[in-house]
Amino acid sequence: MNEHLLSMHDLSAADVTRILDTAESFREVGTRVIKKVPALRGRTVVNFFLENSTRTRISFELAAKRLSADVINFSAGGSSVAKGESLKDTALTLQAMGADAIVIRHSSSGSPLQLTRWVDAHVLNAGDGTHEHPTQGLLDLYTMREKLGRLEGLRVGIVGDVLHSRVARSLSFGLVKMGAEVTLVGPPTLIPPDASAWGVQVSYDIEGVLPKLDVCYVLRVQRERQRLEYFPSVREYARLFGITRDRVALMPEGGLIMHPGPMNRGVEIDSDVADLPRSVIEEQVTNGIAVRMALLFQLLGGAKGEAA
Amino acid sequence: MEPDDVRRALTRIAHEILERDKGAADVVLVGIADRGDDLARRLADEVRRIEGPEVAVGVLDITFYRDDIGMRGDAPEVHETRIPFDVSGKVVVLVDDVLFTGRTIRSAMDALMDLGRPRKIQLAVLVDRGHRELPIRADFVGKNVPTGRADDVRVLVAEVDGEDAVVVEGAR
Repeated sequence: MNEHLLSMHDLSAADVTRILDTAESFREVGTRVIKKVPALRGRTVVNFFLENSTRTRISFELAAKRLSADVINFSAGGSSVAKGESLKDTALTLQAMGADAIVIRHSSSGSPLQLTRWVDAHVLNAGDGTHEHPTQGLLDLYTMREKLGRLEGLRVGIVGDVLHSRVARSLSFGLVKMGAEVTLVGPPTLIPPDASAWGVQVSYDIEGVLPKLDVCYVLRVQRERQRLEYFPSVREYARLFGITRDRVALMPEGGLIMHPGPMNRGVEIDSDVADLPRSVIEEQVTNGIAVRMALLFQLLGGAKGEAA
Repeated sequence: MEPDDVRRALTRIAHEILERDKGAADVVLVGIADRGDDLARRLADEVRRIEGPEVAVGVLDITFYRDDIGMRGDAPEVHETRIPFDVSGKVVVLVDDVLFTGRTIRSAMDALMDLGRPRKIQLAVLVDRGHRELPIRADFVGKNVPTGRADDVRVLVAEVDGEDAVVVEGAR
């Protein structure tokens, strides 16, 4: 495995399998009374979040703490960034304080890569612009493998605003790597023009796709990332692509509903659908901690610079 | 050691556990992955054969408790931990294939303590090869094997390797 995790493309299929297997062991740790192991005692993990986040930051924080690492949370508001310090100077400051790993979230695609050019610490991408969110992709792969027993041959529909979704990109790349069949579904304005190069199918007809899916992965309508109008109204989007109880009934028995959160109930997913037993949205959150523990352990648990 | 030697050693250890702990009432066996868990299941079979009671068996992975994390090339490989019972108040017999520096056993004791508060921890090993780096000794030993510090000692078990054997290869 590489020194950093910037993109799903950094990982081979064997790397992914190893990460998911390691996460399995960390899931067991999460069921204990004492949910903590001393594996990364004395290491320092910095959560460097320059864009709002609740679940990813807390998930990384819990993951690092359950590995006994020291965790520093650093966000834009109320910090030197608010005073106008550049990303580079802030990064060098974190480095000078002895960070072993920096978990970065940033609104600009490519900022984690830029960070690796300035610091010696391991860099983990926790979401950069509309580029990638590999740890979310991995926890989704883990959840699918756990619930359905395999990834190869799995039929997964990714529904909604694929264009602006770093989650959709990381998940698609990961699923294709592991041999699953991916269909992107949404209004044509929200399907990236280069989607055919991802090795996925594209459809604009949700009701035609649902009967053939093992997993319906519902994306959030990201109103904060849309500067232009990509669809006429939220109500029309909900009517054409929202996952309702009637639409769920089209799916095969045992098919899963997934969502990366936070949900807009009543827009991309109906409230009563989100609470169905086949919706594994809370499991995704629980698994996220174990998968991030596995990633931190894989990156920080080896000797730096001499990885075999 | 040949297959028969391994079998006899395990039978004797099972007898010794029953003698030392006056039966198997509070005894649980926890094997250290990998190989130790297979030996622990074997010991449980022997105990049942000798006296009848069923002894619970768990498997413990000590990777997260190692003292050399970050000192070798890649992150160490992780195995499964599965201890489907409460260790608190129990006599836990840790089972491993080879006792060498003692560092694995130190890790295993720390791992066990995080899972509960055993009344007693004992140690059973198939081979004690010497060269301890910590003040640790085994309660039950299959065989003491004098080795060089750099020798390679491997325990093969039928479940994983197809046959039971202990192989010592001298350092070249």
